[in-house]
Amino acid sequence: MWEALQLEFMQNALTAGILISVVCGIIGTLVVVNRIVFLAGGIAHAAYGGIGLAYFMGWPYLTGTVGFSLFSAGVMAAVTLKAKHRVDAMVGVIWAVGMAVGIILLDLTPGYNVDLMSFLFGSILAVPRSDLWQMAVMGVVVFVVVVYYYNDFLAMSYDDEFARLRNVPVTFLYCLLLGMIAVAVVMIIRVVGLILVIALLTIPPFIAEKFTRSLRTMMIASSILSCMFTVTGLFLSYALNLTSGATIILVAAAGFFISALWEIFKHRQPTYPSV
Amino acid sequence: MKAETIVDVQDVWFSFNGQLVLRQATLTVPRGDFLVVIGPNGGGKTTLLKLMLGLLKPNRGTVRIFGQPPEQAAHRCGYVPQNVYINKTFPVSVLDVVLMGRLRSGKGWSYHARQDRIAAEKALEKMKMWTHRERRIGDLSGGQLQRVFIARALVSNPEILFLDEAMAGIDTQSRGEFYDILKELNRTVTIVAVSHDMMILSSHVKSVACINRELFHHDSGEITQEMMDFAYHCPVDLVAHGIPHRVLSRHEHEKER
Repeated sequence: MWEALQLEFMQNALTAGILISVVCGIIGTLVVVNRIVFLAGGIAHAAYGGIGLAYFMGWPYLTGTVGFSLFSAGVMAAVTLKAKHRVDAMVGVIWAVGMAVGIILLDLTPGYNVDLMSFLFGSILAVPRSDLWQMAVMGVVVFVVVVYYYNDFLAMSYDDEFARLRNVPVTFLYCLLLGMIAVAVVMIIRVVGLILVIALLTIPPFIAEKFTRSLRTMMIASSILSCMFTVTGLFLSYALNLTSGATIILVAAAGFFISALWEIFKHRQPTYPSV
Repeated sequence: MKAETIVDVQDVWFSFNGQLVLRQATLTVPRGDFLVVIGPNGGGKTTLLKLMLGLLKPNRGTVRIFGQPPEQAAHRCGYVPQNVYINKTFPVSVLDVVLMGRLRSGKGWSYHARQDRIAAEKALEKMKMWTHRERRIGDLSGGQLQRVFIARALVSNPEILFLDEAMAGIDTQSRGEFYDILKELNRTVTIVAVSHDMMILSSHVKSVACINRELFHHDSGEITQEMMDFAYHCPVDLVAHGIPHRVLSRHEHEKER
């Protein structure tokens, strides 16, 4: 098994996995506690429109997708702030329209046949060095922003009304959060695919939320869990010759079920005398 | 000498989704007052409170706190919201919730200074919750949660405290103790409390207002039959010195029988 570490593509895949785990641990925590998983899923799927746009216009991948995702995140932020009760329907619309636009634009791009499947499950085993650097820079930016605004993010996520009374710029922070989700999701999709992004944004924070007592520890625990799932998944996929992204997700799912069973077991343990 | 006016609500109208919630409300609260606003559910109590805090904007009329628009006076106000059960699964400790009351946004990197922690300790000790500081917020009972939220409101040393349905999570036995805490606070802090439950009226209350779309303000701690009829549109028995110990909602048609 250890000979796998000698292979450069395996080293790159592991580095990418760890970088992504840290970013998803931080952003995923904010996504889960703010209950915007569906919104994050919408942004991730709408990014397809960006992929199509980039190929159709002949723009670099990042310009097209980041621009498109920031736009769809902006629309979602505006809807959330103006008509909160309409958000889920609006996210559904953007979700579907974004994907459809992407596919039609790829159809219309002459002589180009992109395998959209690779954007679903990604290709973590084929990450080039340059992408690692981009992700490292993004990771540092996300980390710095979250550390700088930590108390404000905490107050906004816990009780946005009270946060407003303490002059926390709730609207700005909400837009900042959606913007960070958009940029992070787009960069990570390219490497590990859409489905793994959603899995890593939700499963580790959801497990971590149960046993942590602060957002900070939840972020750290999510990142560590995410790393464990990614590394285990990568080695399993190498050993058993399975698709890496899907294997990582199933490892994470196994972790999730173990934590859920443990939770049920823990709640059954103490038997109080009935009153 | 007349006490300084802290809250000044003048001719305020507010509607939400085309529904008139508040009509021509006028109210002043002097420093040191302990005002209770009662009224039925949906009568506009929480709306009035949120207008005073600047969380909502009136369609017509003005709200001034310390002579300023509410959002500029927010740092001098303490607020205990109605729903203390929000986000029960949120990973946050009691101490961190109270520290939110010391937030100073836009002043650089996130941290809590030593004086913030000292203030949080004082507020939690005052509410007898310091020993619970490390516990997760979701593990507390309703009464304990209420104390933590009051501590969060007090930690910034506010001059006025707004309480929305403060008795909701507190069981009958703890109410006496809770009144004593409010009475003690009222020696230095002006209090405005809204409730649909007339149990909140006690001898500590200095003035009462009734609200049911319209506002009826009474300058003493007593409540009159006229106010009750106005607010509840049905006769309510008043027992002992104008402070109801029980509310018996006997309707007109019942009396006729």
